[in-house]
Amino acid sequence: MKMDLITSAYVFLLAAFVGLEVIRRVSPLLHTPLMSLTNALDAIAVVGAILLAGAHKTTLSTVLGTIAIVAATSNVVGGFFITDRMLKMFKSSRNPKP
Amino acid sequence: MTSFPAAETIIELTYLVATVLFVMSLKWMSSPATARRGVRAGELGMLLAIAGTLLSREIVDYKWVAIALVLGAIIGIPLGKVQMTAVPQRTALSHAFGACCVTLVGTAEFYLRAPAVPKFMMSVLSMEVILGSLTFTGSLMAAGKLQEILRQRPITFKGQNFVNLGLLLAAIGVAVYLVFNPDQTYLFPVLLAVPLLLGVLMIIPIGGADMPTVISLLNAYAGLSASAMGFVLDSKLLIVAGALDGASGLILSINMSKAMNRSFSNVLFGGFGQEQAAKGGQETRPVRSASPEEAAGILSVAGKVVVVPGYGMAVAQAQHKVRELYDNLTKRGIDVKFAIHPVAGRMPGHMNVLLAEADIPYDKLLDMDEINGDFPQTDVALIIGANDVTNPAARTDAASPIYGMPILDVDKARTVMVIKRSMAAGFAGIENPLYYMDKTLMLFGDAKGFAGSIVRELTGGGNHS
Repeated sequence: MKMDLITSAYVFLLAAFVGLEVIRRVSPLLHTPLMSLTNALDAIAVVGAILLAGAHKTTLSTVLGTIAIVAATSNVVGGFFITDRMLKMFKSSRNPKP
Repeated sequence: MTSFPAAETIIELTYLVATVLFVMSLKWMSSPATARRGVRAGELGMLLAIAGTLLSREIVDYKWVAIALVLGAIIGIPLGKVQMTAVPQRTALSHAFGACCVTLVGTAEFYLRAPAVPKFMMSVLSMEVILGSLTFTGSLMAAGKLQEILRQRPITFKGQNFVNLGLLLAAIGVAVYLVFNPDQTYLFPVLLAVPLLLGVLMIIPIGGADMPTVISLLNAYAGLSASAMGFVLDSKLLIVAGALDGASGLILSINMSKAMNRSFSNVLFGGFGQEQAAKGGQETRPVRSASPEEAAGILSVAGKVVVVPGYGMAVAQAQHKVRELYDNLTKRGIDVKFAIHPVAGRMPGHMNVLLAEADIPYDKLLDMDEINGDFPQTDVALIIGANDVTNPAARTDAASPIYGMPILDVDKARTVMVIKRSMAAGFAGIENPLYYMDKTLMLFGDAKGFAGSIVRELTGGGNHS
């Protein structure tokens, strides 16, 4: 158990560094879609909620898990949807996309 | 039965692939040319991870999972279809949903594991629910203010910061006690209630102009709480996704606080909205104003025009009229660009999305650092619904509350035109000396109406050149 948490800490730190490096390069032009995209990715928390609701250990855990799935799924669906809608609107004057 | 270990391996592999796809997704966001590929990668990763999870043998009952997934999708679709002007409140709302999910899962995990919760586990679990519940109410408040369901004006009271700090310390104190005494389960609700209250109190003093910073900060909190949840569930995928989201929120918060000239620690500990109330004395110095006809005349003979949009443009829904103006001037061979201040609008990048929606090519939308060198060679700087981000007092007047804030150097252009309803001070209540300069022409009226009148003059009024 203890080693798992240390491994998790490594994963967290490395992911944070990768995140900082990658996201620093995102143009300010796209900061709004960036935020809606990371929000959608963050909703991967839905997998934890699915396991919780599906495992059916106690009534409380099933109820909380089910509500959590609803909340996270709405972020997945809405987040990807609106990010793509926004990005579709960005057109260049040099080579206008269809 | 022998297939079960194989299923576990497949699940872990889908998570691994999803992790890679998530990182690539953000990498492709670096440029508009590849950004949509980034969305595809993210969607694919999400689909894989959810499909993999559904294979898990831990799931004994699919009924509620299925109902919840469908219900979530039904709620998600309208949230993906909101108008572009409503994107800031939608974003705040989605931070609230994400935090809600994390908090509920954390709560359930605590009651499943209690009273035997290892110390480190209890620490990350506390972090998960504290950050989660704080982000939940904080984001709901932010969304309410942006949607104008709640009063937008900051609400302040004496000792606000002490109350907030006290609540935060109380929550941490309870968390520490629970780390050493996880059997005291009756204390857990306190760990939810106190941050829920703190989230409300933190956002109460926030005004509209601070929203870009607040949304970014809530974004960072939401990411960190999800990452903490990954620690609790031992899910590397969730740790990575949360860390990426947290890193993104952190970078945006730092950008926004720099653009507002606030120290990051000031922002981090919720020191928003502490602006001194506006001083009363309204100036009555003379200003020069111009009609749409005069404005059109000046614009039509310009060589280089820079448009500076602000939140006022969004409020007036003037972006499509601005596009018509852009088209008209560009057809005359005039070089038209847009100068975007990082905190223009109500969230990072807000103006870019609104202008892109109005079909203005993104290579004409320039960031503050890219455009500021161009102003001395600019014939006309046309300001539409922006105020404080153009205030030269930020450079020159050490007594001004916004002194030191990076601004768009519009005062260096040959002529400055400002479309504005009246001479009332801006959101922060700060006087803008730009309006009293000799080179400045005030165009009094509604942003949409005035831009439309200029376009009419340009098309109907014949060719002035």
